[in-house]
Amino acid sequence: MNFGVIVFPGSNGDHDALHAIGKVLGQPVRAIWHRETSLDGIECVIVPGGFAYGDYLRAGAIARFSPIMGAVERFARDGGPVLGICNGFQVLTEAQLLPGSLLRNAELEFRSQWVHVRTERTDTPFTSGLAVGDVLRLPIAHGEGSYFAAPEELARIEANGQVVFRYCDPTGAVTPATNFNGSLNHIAGVCNERRNVVGLMPHPERGAEAILGGADGLRILESALSVAGVRV
Amino acid sequence: MSESNGPIWLASVYVTLKTVVNDPQGLAIADGLHTMGYDGVEDVRAGKYLQVRLRAASAEEAQRLAEEMSDRLLANTVIENYRCVIEPAS
Repeated sequence: MNFGVIVFPGSNGDHDALHAIGKVLGQPVRAIWHRETSLDGIECVIVPGGFAYGDYLRAGAIARFSPIMGAVERFARDGGPVLGICNGFQVLTEAQLLPGSLLRNAELEFRSQWVHVRTERTDTPFTSGLAVGDVLRLPIAHGEGSYFAAPEELARIEANGQVVFRYCDPTGAVTPATNFNGSLNHIAGVCNERRNVVGLMPHPERGAEAILGGADGLRILESALSVAGVRV
Repeated sequence: MSESNGPIWLASVYVTLKTVVNDPQGLAIADGLHTMGYDGVEDVRAGKYLQVRLRAASAEEAQRLAEEMSDRLLANTVIENYRCVIEPAS
């Protein structure tokens, strides 16, 4: 399956994603500079973490108008699988490919640590290999990851089953102590209504090998292969 | 999309978080003011102020353009409100 990793000025998770997909998952992958305008041959798009355009104005706000984003929007609207990781999640909300927005963390702290998330949905390309309730241990590194949506929209997201991951403890329990960034409803990841676009604040690509402290993230990346019928 | 001639206007764009959005920065600033002894401070909301100098045929056109820019880029209307004030640029 051909993966493409979008590279903006200020991306810093691009090489982590290229490594995890190319070396760990063993799939063809190429970096796509944000000035490009085509996704020819790409079957899965990763919008990686980092600080695109320095997070100036708002995280993801300027990146969302990069030339490649027109192709990413068309790819998403055609049902192609798109995964936004951390800053990539922020870019996808700014592009309105995903609902809601990411605000400054509740305690104003940049949080870099391992967290647990509970799988809420398995009907997305990136969770098809998981079971509802599966707890994944993944690293996070963000200052603006507090998920927000207006009350009516939040109700709609929940009713549509668009919450894909929630912050939890190692047993899967969602408690106030596990909501370290102030996200509404402990939301760590969401998908669009069509379910082909997923964004999450944790970094599956940085937790995809035991040598890095955990390999749970590989299960998210592996899930994408099911779209192309590739057997792991 | 944008005028390239006409007089120059200054658009002052004020971007503020919607009232339903929690503002930890504002809360921290209010905390600081309370620590300094400003006990009368009820609440602080942090926002952004942008100055856009642009050419447009009229003040109305400048207003329309500034609001379009705000809708598309300067503000995220999921979480923010904006207000644009147009004046002739000096």
